[in-house]
Amino acid sequence: MPDSHNINKLTDDLFRREAGKMTSVLTGIFGIKQLELAEDIVQETFISAINNWRLNGVPDNPPAWLMQVAKNKAIDQLRKKRNTIDLDISDQEKTLLRSGYTFIPVFDKIWNQIKIEDEMLQMMFASCHEDISIENQITLMLKTLCGFSTLEISRALITAEDTISKRLYRTKEFFRSKHIKPGIANPSHYESKLDSVLKAIYLLFNEGYLSTHSDQSIRKDLIHQAIYLGSILVDHPKTNTPKVNAAMSLMCFHAARLDSRLDAFGDIILLAQQDRSLWDLSLIAKGMFYLDQSAQGDDITTYHLEAAIASEHCIAPSYDRTDWKKILQIYDWLESIQPNPIVALNRMVAYSKCHDASSTLNTLKQSPFLSQWQIQPVYHALLGDLFASSDASVAKEHYLKASGLTHSNAEKKLMLKKMEAIS
Amino acid sequence: MSEYLFLFRGGDSRRLTTLKEQSPEAWQQHMRKWMVWMGGLTEQGKFVAAQPLEQSGKQVTGDKKIVTDGPFIEGKEMVGGYLICKADSYDEAVEMAKGCPILEFEDGNVEVRLLQDMNM
Repeated sequence: MPDSHNINKLTDDLFRREAGKMTSVLTGIFGIKQLELAEDIVQETFISAINNWRLNGVPDNPPAWLMQVAKNKAIDQLRKKRNTIDLDISDQEKTLLRSGYTFIPVFDKIWNQIKIEDEMLQMMFASCHEDISIENQITLMLKTLCGFSTLEISRALITAEDTISKRLYRTKEFFRSKHIKPGIANPSHYESKLDSVLKAIYLLFNEGYLSTHSDQSIRKDLIHQAIYLGSILVDHPKTNTPKVNAAMSLMCFHAARLDSRLDAFGDIILLAQQDRSLWDLSLIAKGMFYLDQSAQGDDITTYHLEAAIASEHCIAPSYDRTDWKKILQIYDWLESIQPNPIVALNRMVAYSKCHDASSTLNTLKQSPFLSQWQIQPVYHALLGDLFASSDASVAKEHYLKASGLTHSNAEKKLMLKKMEAIS
Repeated sequence: MSEYLFLFRGGDSRRLTTLKEQSPEAWQQHMRKWMVWMGGLTEQGKFVAAQPLEQSGKQVTGDKKIVTDGPFIEGKEMVGGYLICKADSYDEAVEMAKGCPILEFEDGNVEVRLLQDMNM
């Protein structure tokens, strides 16, 4: 008999992936209104699997086993509820499901027409409906597509489990009360829908990448899930667009640097101080692949430009030997389509690497974002560098401000080191 | 347009269980024929309802409401299922009944009856 610890470990990973597929397929058959029913069936399927596998061992093809059991459970549920629940299928199919003569062949027909990839896409589109708030979109995707429990979501999003349950409840209420046809078939809303899906995925990514989570494994998990959701999009011909590839590329480049981004205490290490030997080369290669794929058509998005900047950082042998001219050019472009204080400040850092101090200072002074930059440690660190050779006391003042503003211990230490160097 | 009741006797109603056990594939194939036939009626808007019936049942009889098990009649006499559909005439209903897969069996039988209002 296989020991139960191994089964639990196996099933955790397996169940998460398969839960997303099964929930999508079942929702595809029952309709998004019956999301809860689909989730119940998936839960029951897992319980059957654990009970059965403990006794009989894990089957050769666990996903196929799970899908078959889910199908049988769906048949049982439908047999009981086919006259009462509102199914999202054609009237003719509904009618024929109600008859004992045709129930099984009609169900088989519907089941065989379902494609897992299509249904996962449908689920994503439904989850990111424009009338659902973005927090609820992310929460639902983690639940339905990534197979997270409410507890896991609450830990991942640093939100009370109670709140997560309420969010899920409200979203399901929304599906029950509105007649949502997720419809990936309708190309007219397609572009904007794909945009909201991408936005939600990228936000999920940033929850992992930018959040102040002390638990590195949770951060990695979220980043992993975001990339997984993105890969569903690139793997489907309907959503394998240049923009999606650009976003995937950006996520891969960022994720590649994850291990070098935090010190042993969970504090952030900025790019300049990161240990580049810790960067994940396979993720960088993946990022390059998606960046290549993104270079089609005329549409240049912020994802494209941010990915292009990230790629330059990823291939540079060191911070100082980075191709700053190229990065500055991309920032010029990025700022023209997304003018905001952070982009503008990062552009100025690149600018300072390509121009002398006085030119940089002049340009800084003329920026419309000058007042917003005052709270940015990067701004003061930059000013410190610019004044370092000309006015030590002004430089020190800025290093001190930067060190006070930054949350990064590595940055604080660096500021102190720089102050010592000029005194 | 009136409603007609088809009563299915003999044929597969009795044999289905054996067919299902002996050859699940043949059974599936046979049941797909029902789907095609009923699907056709549904497409024409003629289909109302249909259900197969279990072989065993109960009988409630007379003013004393005596309850017995049953029916215990010979297989081919047993009603194995029903279908209600809409048709303009007996002729049309009979034509529809001819498509029923139960008639692939020699003793398969479809009784076609017009549903009647009780005129008092």
